[in-house]
This record gives sequence, structure tokens and C-alpha cells, in this order.
Amino acid sequence: MSVTSMMLSSSSPLIQSLCIRIIQPTNLIKKMQCAGYPEDKLCSLADRLPCRETQVTTLLSLMGEPDQYSYPSIFIYGHRATGKSHVVLSIMKELELPHTFVDCVECVSPALLFHRVLLAFFGPDAAASLPRCPSLSDFVRLYKQMSSKTPATQTRYLILDRAERTRDMDFSLLPALLRLQELVRDNVTVILLSQVVWEKFRPNTGCFEPLLFHFPDYNKAELVQILSRDHHPAYTPELYASYINILLGVFFSVCRDLRELRHLAALNFPKFCEPLEKGEAKESDIHKLWRNIEPHLQRAMQTVYLREVSSMQWKEQQMDEKETTTPRGLSAHAHIELPYYSKFLLIAAYLASFNPARTDRRFFLKSHGKIKKTNFLKKHEKTSNHLLGPKPFPLDRLLAIFYSVVDSRVAPTASIFSQIMSLVSLQLLTQIGHDDQLDAPKYKCAVSMDFILAISRTVIFDVVKYLYDFL
Amino acid sequence: MSETSSVSKGCFVFKSASRKRKRQGVDGYMVDGSDDNGRDRFRICQNLRETVQKHTEVLQDQLNKKVLDNLVQFIKKHELCFSSDVQRQGAREIPTAALMLGVNVPDHTMTFRSLCNLLQESVTPFVVSLHAKECPAVKFLIQRVLEQLMGRGMALDKEQEDDTALHLNTQCSISDLCQWYNSVKKPDLKNNGLYWSLPIVVIFKDFEAFNLEALQDFILICSQYAQELPLIFIFGIATSPITIQHRLPHSVSSLLCIEVFHSLSCTRHLACVFDKLILTSQFPFKLSSRVIQVLIGIFLYHDFSVQSFVKGLQLSMLEHFNSQPLSVLCCKKQEALLRAKTLSQKNVERIRHLPSFMRYVETQEPQDQVLLLTSDEHVKEVCQKLLKNLHKYHKNYYPILQCLYSLTSLLPKCPLGKHIRELHVTCNEKNVWEMEEYHSAMQLLRILAKDELVAALRECAEILKSADTKKMQNVLKQVDEFVVRLEELENLPTEDLPGDDVITFSGKDIQRRTDLHYLQKALLEKESRKTRKMSPFEILRNQVLQYIDELVREFLTPAELQPLSEVCYYSSSGVLRQRLNAAPRTSIQAALSHPFHYLQNEALKTNAGMVSSAAPDLCIIYKLHLECGRLINLYDWLEAFVTVSSAAEDKEANSDEYDKLENLKNACFIQAVSEMEFLGFVKSTKQKTDHVARLTWGGC
Repeated sequence: MSVTSMMLSSSSPLIQSLCIRIIQPTNLIKKMQCAGYPEDKLCSLADRLPCRETQVTTLLSLMGEPDQYSYPSIFIYGHRATGKSHVVLSIMKELELPHTFVDCVECVSPALLFHRVLLAFFGPDAAASLPRCPSLSDFVRLYKQMSSKTPATQTRYLILDRAERTRDMDFSLLPALLRLQELVRDNVTVILLSQVVWEKFRPNTGCFEPLLFHFPDYNKAELVQILSRDHHPAYTPELYASYINILLGVFFSVCRDLRELRHLAALNFPKFCEPLEKGEAKESDIHKLWRNIEPHLQRAMQTVYLREVSSMQWKEQQMDEKETTTPRGLSAHAHIELPYYSKFLLIAAYLASFNPARTDRRFFLKSHGKIKKTNFLKKHEKTSNHLLGPKPFPLDRLLAIFYSVVDSRVAPTASIFSQIMSLVSLQLLTQIGHDDQLDAPKYKCAVSMDFILAISRTVIFDVVKYLYDFL
Repeated sequence: MSETSSVSKGCFVFKSASRKRKRQGVDGYMVDGSDDNGRDRFRICQNLRETVQKHTEVLQDQLNKKVLDNLVQFIKKHELCFSSDVQRQGAREIPTAALMLGVNVPDHTMTFRSLCNLLQESVTPFVVSLHAKECPAVKFLIQRVLEQLMGRGMALDKEQEDDTALHLNTQCSISDLCQWYNSVKKPDLKNNGLYWSLPIVVIFKDFEAFNLEALQDFILICSQYAQELPLIFIFGIATSPITIQHRLPHSVSSLLCIEVFHSLSCTRHLACVFDKLILTSQFPFKLSSRVIQVLIGIFLYHDFSVQSFVKGLQLSMLEHFNSQPLSVLCCKKQEALLRAKTLSQKNVERIRHLPSFMRYVETQEPQDQVLLLTSDEHVKEVCQKLLKNLHKYHKNYYPILQCLYSLTSLLPKCPLGKHIRELHVTCNEKNVWEMEEYHSAMQLLRILAKDELVAALRECAEILKSADTKKMQNVLKQVDEFVVRLEELENLPTEDLPGDDVITFSGKDIQRRTDLHYLQKALLEKESRKTRKMSPFEILRNQVLQYIDELVREFLTPAELQPLSEVCYYSSSGVLRQRLNAAPRTSIQAALSHPFHYLQNEALKTNAGMVSSAAPDLCIIYKLHLECGRLINLYDWLEAFVTVSSAAEDKEANSDEYDKLENLKNACFIQAVSEMEFLGFVKSTKQKTDHVARLTWGGC
């Protein structure tokens, strides 16, 4: 109890500064030792987590000995694939600490979160006794009840991945989680993992400040070191390291995501080894190997990295050897076949979205007289409408433009209206406001200039002539 | 009633003593008092409709077979991967098939149904198909997946029923699914590990309509479990594959291993359906050219949906059998002949009034004419003969049509239409050989090279082989002979080269610019000039074309000219258009301006421009508002309304009644105006409080 009260006061500036001092990188790998944890496990931990030694030691020292109370909540942030959850989970598993790992994406409701936590800490009975729609206080009550039966001998860790999702749940959930230790009076620490900085979390009602802990991005040397670890058993580690160096030379400027790089490395390695297997080059012939793989990697950057081509197809293509027929990527099929009137409706929608309503008279009335551009040009309209994006327009205007644009007489039949709706459902138009609005609904055109040009070419309609921006 | 003794007032429900509702059953349709064979017609119609439906389904399956097989292969391939390298470390991608289906959304249902069936039969029982409407959030999405899978799982092992039901009641998550999957596959692991890697296929029927966040979250969650659950996604995409990239950020799409599959384009699908359902003598029911144009127009201009095309065909069938009593003869040949023998007197009279039959009568000898107009028996006999002729006509028409199409579709610019349906429509409408396009096509055919001609004739021979009438067999023989003779020509020495002709031609041509039009004209000219000395090939080619021309003139006559064509041909395109392509605004306007059109009350018949006081208040109000400008003064409107509506009434009324009447008129007016507002013709405006703004025709 006394420990708890001590921890509660830890939000005082003195202790904060103390903690920050702890975070300063102090010791090296060899020195990684913490009281209360077996040495060999720490060693293997250090081995499993390369380039994250400082983070590991800091975390360990924050955690203290297993039976000691730890800081109530720790907030770890850093970019994608910087090893946040990997480090935390490895520590937990290697040192066999009681913990539960919850990905907040999965918790579509707080109930699922509570269920998971109780299940992991106290077994299925505790989880089953949660009421149907548990509230936060139900959770706390149950937790207290269970922990009084089985008090924690070691600190329990509740790890929440993608913690930014908790903001979208109940507004009181995050503040409560941050001081869970205090609420349930148990030796529990909440570790929040997120890619978002803490400033974006802080609720406006104020809350207990967690300990902030940043995981920096890996630099190039670190990436090489990590990626080189999963070398192929058939080849020497040196060869693999040089391969990784080449790979990073191509990809480092666009992608620093470790997971993605590892995926790419695994995908392209067979191609790299091809000359070796054929006997055309030796392992020392790095330059030759580089010349072989470089264009291939460049191509990979444009296709498989963007997921234009699936990894499976990429692999098959490597097997095929032909290389002449690259499978067409996703963006190669941009053309959409549409019914005739749908095309004109889309064109009309585009015109309505990108022309100011005042200019309709000039474009669509036969005897508009001579109106020069300067006459009806307002100051704010001088900027290109295309830079400002599509503007909403009412249904009536769309239909008016449609009837004047389409060359034959069209009866306003039900299928014309239903085509508008099907264009909306195909996401070519977007409806503004709520679906329920029956009276004068408004739409926006959601297609690009290139797309509309292609469409209008198929119906032989010069759309540029009707666009205010190109007058 | 005795059992309902109650002190208090109350409502009691008495179930009526299950009075059997007099249901006419299916036999009741199309039966009219004046008409004795409605039942037969209904039966024929029903049979035809079912066969058409069956045919389209079979056809659809055939057409989709390729893409569906590819999909199954894709899934099987990944299935193998699942079982082979389960231990592969690192994040693994979820295999995803992007199935391009085209914008004809109504047709997708059928494709997905056959896909589901195929997958369940040949790959895995675990198929989930999701509709965007059911899944507005990720919670519901997961719920749907679990429901569909576990519901099926219960069928697999009954004991777990309670367990899974419990899961569904509580919060469901993918981890529950994992547990369930493990429990399902374990018992079967003993027998040959059959269930080890049965994948779970999740079909997103309409990818575009899915809530973005829900979809992204679902993919993120699933990728967490990709190691344990062999999930495979199928995205049904209506637009283009690029939409995946537009809708999913890289962090999400990098979790997927996407492969694109294209299904048959809807226009080609339609062409197949058209071939199988309309260009065949198999079905006695036919569409006239106008009706075909309406149906094709709806397809091309509005929806691209083959399903609705078939629905339109079925509707016209229904309309035909309902509206044309003589359609009782529109059935298979033998049956039709039988029915012709037993025609009722009314129907014989109806036959006499058919325009095509009247035309036929006029061509007969005078004594025959008299007989036809007086003797019922004679009409029946003639009718049988004519029906036979009609069937023969159809049997000959379609092969020749296809031959002509295969010949002319090769030509540049396709003078007779790109699609066979266009050719069919023109042939059906008028004498095709009188058309300009036909002549130009023939002229172009006259300058065809030999190998092209031979190839085209071979194709014709192939088409004719499937035709079984005697005449067609003769035509086939003739065509084969032509082919043989053309090939023999090769062996003959070419005697006289038209050398000088070439020289003069080129000499003239050098001065002018070579443009294609001129060249074509010159060539044609040259062709016509060169009658004297023709090579044997040219002579033969002219013979061939002569023969083809004769065939066209003989067999491709318009169907309307055939006697009794009305029996088989449905031609009221206007009705069909009204039914299929409804115009709500037009009908509202018609109802308001011509109330007689819908109410059918004699009192409402008025001249144009007149406002009748007998018309409903709304109609009067509507007519009056047409005369106003953008803003309508309510008081003036009321005055006008009162004047019009009391025009016919007795003006001599005492003041008391007059007041009453006025109040009544005011109430009527207010109600009518609010109805107008509801219909969207006027709206209240803030500019002037006692005015309303017009919203249509000359309004704002």
C-alpha cells in the first residue's frame, strides 16, 4: 500500500526528472544486467534484440525487479517497425513475466479488451463472470476481486499495441488505464505502444502522465546489421551482408521499414544468387553480382514494393526467367467500361464540380451572347478550380448540365436516376451529407482529369472546351 | 363470442375461421371471359420462360467457367503454400484475388452464387460472402464472418452447437475464430490430415461500397492471425483494380498479396446470350426489330446488365402471351399444327384480321380469297401450311444471317454493322438488299482476295453444317463446290494478265495525291470497267457473290412480311419501354395535367389548355401555377382557385352557406398547395412571406 502511494506521487517533477535520468543511455551490451533477472536470459535477450540494447536496458531498469512495483504506465512511441512490440514482447517472454498483449485494433469494443485482460491474468472463470456489456467499473471491480484472491507476486504487465485506438473508444478508458495500478491496487503496469506521439493522446480533461519513451528509427548501419542476421544457410554471411548493402543502396531512400525491407530481401535473394548457381560468378565477384541485381531491384521498387504486382507473381516471374512479359500492375487497368448515359452523367458531374455555377450560362446556353472571361471573373476564381478540388453540386444542376451535354433527347427516366446512385456506389461520385437526405441531394465528382478525358474521348465529347479553367 | 366475457372494455382478437382464400392458382392468369385458351397460353409461356432461364444460367456458367477455374486454381495454389511453409517466420501476406466484374452490378449476384457453389464443392466448405450493407463497422464485419463460418461449423459437428452459440452471444473476435478453426480441423487430422489446410475464403462482394475503416481494420486484424488461419480474400471489384490502391493505404495493402482476375466483359456476354436466345430457331417466341432495339438500348445506354436484358426478354414474352390471343399458336411446330386444327371460331376471325394474313389473302386467286374469307375450315388448313412455312423460314433465316455476317464482318468499317444483332435488326426491318450499305458491302466483297474469300466461305460452310433443312444442305453443297473450284484455280495457269490496266491506273494516280477514299473509288471503278477480260478467279468470284446475293434475297426477307408473323413476334416496343424504363416525372406531370389519363372519368375529358372544375383540386392548382412566374402570390392563387372550382356551382347561395363554402375552399386550397410542395413543385421562400417559389419549368 505504501508503495502504491509512493508511486502515485511519482508524477511530481522530481521523480520525472529522475526517470529521465534513467533513460539516458548509460550502459553497453556486455554490461546488460539487472537485479532480479538471471544473467543467461539477459544475454540471450541481448542477442535476440540487436541495435536495441539501450532501449532494453532502460526498459529493464524501469521495470525494476520482478516483485517490485513499477511505474504505473509507460508510453512507448516510434515509427513503424522500430521494434517496439518486438522488444517488449521479447523481454516478457524471455524473462517469463506475467503479461498480456492486446492489439487495440482487435478490440472493437472495450468489453473485448477487458475480456482479454481478465482471461490472461486470472483464467477463463474471471473472464466469464464479466457481465454482458461490462463497464469500466465492472472491470475494475472484477480485477480487484480476483487479484485479492491471487495477489501478484511479480509485476503484471498489460501491453496495448496500437494504443491510439483507445482514443476512439470510451473517453474515460485511456485515463483509467493510465492509472490502473492505483485503481485496482495491484502490482500492474500498463505499457502503451503507439506510432503517434503522446501530445495527440492527452485528453482535454487531463490525466495521469505516463512515462514517455521513444524508440528511434534504425539507421542504415543498424538495418544492415539486423537484416544480415537472417542469412541463407547455403551462402556465407559475408555474401548476404553485401547483398543487404546493395539492397539498401536501392531501397533506403524510399523505405526504412524493417519488415518491408526484410520481405524484399527474401524475395529478391534467389535472383541475386542466380549467377552463383550457374557458375557465372564467384562469391567475391561483388561488382558483377551488383550489376546483375541492380536493375532487377529498381524494377522491384516500382512494382512489388508498391504492391502493383503481388509477391507471388514476382516470385513466379523470377522463376520464368523470361522477363519480357512483366505482369501488368494494378494501375495498368485504369479503364472502366460504363454505359453510355453513365459516361455523360459522369462528365456532367465533373463539369458541375469544377466549373463555378455562374458560368453554366456561358457554357450551356446556346445564345449566351459574348461574355468574355474577364467580365465574369471574380478574384477568388482566378486560381485554378482544379487545384482547389471538386465542389459539391445539387442534383438539379447535374441533370441540367447532363441534358444539355448529351446530344440526343433523353427522357428523365427512373434508370437515369438509378445510374446516379450506382455511380455513387462505385465511388465515382460521392454523396455529400447524409444518405437520408431525399430533398435536393448534393454530390461531388470523385474522378481525376485523366479519367474524365479518357471517358469523354470514347463518346467523342470535348470536355476541355467546357471547362472554365481551360478557357 | 361467448368466451369473451369481460367487465372492462377491451379489444379482442378473433382469428377468422381459416376461410380458404379463393386462390385462382396459376391457372387463373391470362384467363379472360371471352377467351378459351388462356390457360394454354399461360402454360406455353411458363415453359418458355423456364427454358430461357435455364439456358441463360447454363450459358452464364459456361462463360464464367474460365475465370472461376482460374480463381479455384489460385486458391488451391495458396492452399498448398499454407500447408507447406506454415512455420515461415515474419509477416506473411494474405492472398487476395481481385475479381474484376464490370459495372453491371445486378449480374454479379449470379457469378458470386456460382463461385460460392464451386468453391464449396471443390475447395473448402469455409466460404464467407460479405455484402457491404451488412457491415457498416468492423464489429459487424467480424460478426458476419463468424456467423457464416460457425453456423456451417455446427453442421459439421453437432456437439459444439452450444459452445459456438455462446460465442456468438458474447463479443466475437477473430481469436474465437482461431479456436473454432483449430477445434474443427483437429478431429479430422487423424484421417489423412484432410482438413489441415482447408482455407477460409472471405468474399467481399462489392469492394467499393465497403466502409474504408472497417475494411482496413479487418485486414489488419486478419494479418495478425495470418499464421494460424489460412485466410484468402476475394474482392469483387466493379470498376478497376486501381481502386484497391486508392482505398487502401500502403501499410494495409502491403499485407495483401493481390492477383487480378478478369471476368468476361458484359458486351461479349450479351453477344453470347443474344446468339443463344434470339438468333436461334429453337424458341418459337420472337422479338421484332423495334423491341430488340429497345432492349439493346436499355442495355447499352443504361445498365450494361445481361440479367435485366433477359428479364426484359421474359417480360416481353409475358406481355405477348397475355395480349395476343393467337399466341396460342406460338409453340413447337407439331403442337402448333395440332392447335391450328382446333382453332376456335373467334381465333379464326382474329387470324382474318391479322395484317400479314390480309396481305397474304390479297395475293391469292379470287376464288381462294372468297374461300379464305368464308370457310373456317379452309382458313385452318391454310393456317397450318403457313405455320409450317413460318417455321421453315426461321430455320433458313438464321444460318443465312450468320453467313452474311461472317462475310461482311471482315470488311473495313463493317458497313452492315459491327455486331450480328445490328444486321439482324436491319434484316428484320426492311429488305436488306435495297439498302445502300448492302450494296457497298457487296462491292467491297467483289474485290476480296482469294484466300480471304475462301476462308470466309469455309466459315459459312461450318455454319451451314449445323442447319438441318434441305435447302440449307443444298446451299452447303453449293458453297463447298465453290470452295473446291476456288482452290482448283490455283493450279490453272493465269492466262491473261491485265497488265495495261495496271499501267494506266498507276499512271493516272501519280498526279493525284493518294488518299484512301480516292483509291477505293478508283479500284471500284476499275472493277466495273473491266467487264471484258476477267480472270477465271474473278469470274468465279462474281458467281459466288451472285449466289450469295440470291440467297440473301430469298431467305433474309423481313419477318413482318411472313404471313402469321404476328403469332410469334412481339412488337409493341412502346409498352415495353414504358414498363422497363419508367419515367416517374413524366407520369406525375401527365397525371396532373391530364387527370383523365389515370382516373378514366368521362367528366374529366377536357380540351388542352382548359381548366375543368371537376378535376381534383391538385390538378387545378397545378394548372394555375403553370401560368405564374417565379414567385407565386398565394392570395392570387387562392382567388383563381376559388373562381375555377366554383365556376360550375350555383351562385345563388345565402351568406351563411357561402361562408361555409369559402372555409371549405380555403381548406382545399391549403391542402392542395401542401401537396404541391410535397411533390416538389413549389417551396416556401424567405424573400416574401406570402409567396411561394416555383421550382420547375421557368421557375428559379
